[in-house]
Amino acid sequence: MIASLKPPLMETAAAAGRWAVDLFEYAGGLGLLFVQSVGKGFMRPLRLPSVIYELWKIGVQSWFIITVTSLFIGMVLAFQSAYQMQRLAAEMYIAGLVSLSIVREIGPVITALIVAGRSGSAIAAELGTMKVTEQIDALQTLAADPVRHLVVPRFVAMIVALPILTLLADAMGIFGGFLIGTLKLGILPSLYWKMTYLPLVYKDLSSGLIKAFVFGMIICVVSCFEGLRAAGGAEGVGRATTVAVVGSFILIIGADLIFTALFYFIWR
Amino acid sequence: MIQIRDLSKAFNGTPVLRHVTLAIKAGETMVVMGRSGCGKSVLLKHLIGLLKPDAGSVHVDGIDITQLSGRSLDKLRMKFGMLFQSAALFDSMSVGENVGFALREHTTMSPGAIRKRVQECLEMVGLKGIEALAPSELSGGMRKRVGLARALAMHPEIILYDEPTTGIDPVMADVINRLIVALRDQLKVTSVVVTHDMSSAYKVADRMAMLYNGSILQVGTPEEIRRSANPAVQQFIRGEAEGPIQEGLPDPNAFSRLALGVSAARGKPR
Repeated sequence: MIASLKPPLMETAAAAGRWAVDLFEYAGGLGLLFVQSVGKGFMRPLRLPSVIYELWKIGVQSWFIITVTSLFIGMVLAFQSAYQMQRLAAEMYIAGLVSLSIVREIGPVITALIVAGRSGSAIAAELGTMKVTEQIDALQTLAADPVRHLVVPRFVAMIVALPILTLLADAMGIFGGFLIGTLKLGILPSLYWKMTYLPLVYKDLSSGLIKAFVFGMIICVVSCFEGLRAAGGAEGVGRATTVAVVGSFILIIGADLIFTALFYFIWR
Repeated sequence: MIQIRDLSKAFNGTPVLRHVTLAIKAGETMVVMGRSGCGKSVLLKHLIGLLKPDAGSVHVDGIDITQLSGRSLDKLRMKFGMLFQSAALFDSMSVGENVGFALREHTTMSPGAIRKRVQECLEMVGLKGIEALAPSELSGGMRKRVGLARALAMHPEIILYDEPTTGIDPVMADVINRLIVALRDQLKVTSVVVTHDMSSAYKVADRMAMLYNGSILQVGTPEEIRRSANPAVQQFIRGEAEGPIQEGLPDPNAFSRLALGVSAARGKPR
């Protein structure tokens, strides 16, 4: 059957086969690094100073960009909702629309995309540079495990930082909506607050935070994996950084879709 | 001490090592020489388990390192120290933290005792008092010596040197050569030195092995290598472009074509 295929078809089939093998190899590598990161995360001693340093770099240093971006997105959402709601004379529902969209969806996703672009790229570049300058090899010759030393502190920092940054994004997004709702659209502040938290329930917040937790894992594993397999000098580090960001973006949006669907069908 | 048996390794289908067999005795300095890119560093990385071979074995004190992984591999690696071509110092740490890294990781030594050992190691390589400097503040020769101090911290039985004199000035190269000899004579360490620097090779070697096309061409004392009847070995140790090793020679026709083009261009009026 296979032998009877014409040469161009054979080539296409072979290319598809190679692509499938590469894809499975990549997915396997990511999966293995994830399992190792979780497993070795529970091993003692956890390098607390490294975790705190990474928390500082990933979490604390991202507060400004997260604050500004979420504030503006909250304001834009309020304007866009007002555009529709004014036709129905239902402006006061803007508060609920903004808060629900931010807390359930936009807060976690925007935070994850910003952190992937800002910190994921930095992780891939740092580990990639260590790889091409033989520092990873040096670590191994000193009987030290690169996953425990380099990946685990970043993994722990990322899964702690992402939910906290998401809470910040949620708060700033809602505040952005509040500014537009009260100052521009003339909704009473007390009414706006009431209409903000009235439709919000516990599962809205927790589903957003679960997403943030998973996005943190995705960013860290993809960025570390790309960094650790970088090869070919400066160009290789650049490639690893780009692939880390692109891969994180795709997986974050993909995971968001899966989680949103799961929450929709299972956790109603 | 180290037995390399029938070791083969290929990258993306291109063979780099072909059935390499070599024995390194305890306390000797074995120099593996060969052209750039001939697989010397690949061979060295197999000795400490950084690479897994496609076939063959590497026995260190009777234990096949190619079959080990995880903690048992780490345990065997504690016998080794390795100096990398680029020194591979950790950028995020100071010199002192680099040298004391393995001590902090694998011993219960107090911070004071670690500081003392770091001082000792830096003194051995002639770099007293630079613990607080960052690797980026060091010259190439200093980086190599700090790399060596880091390799020495855990009292290794075997030290692997990857191109120890490449990229540094001749005076510093001789300092490194003397260090390699002193470590063998005074600390009785077994050394494997990978280099294409023949002056360094003759200074440090007890025995030499010539790697060519992924195979060992000849093993012998420096004197035996000097008197080798193998034309490829002779060409390499004399550093001559003409001989059985022919890769990389310029194409004389390309030069004649270029010369014709240049004279034609020069002859043209502006």
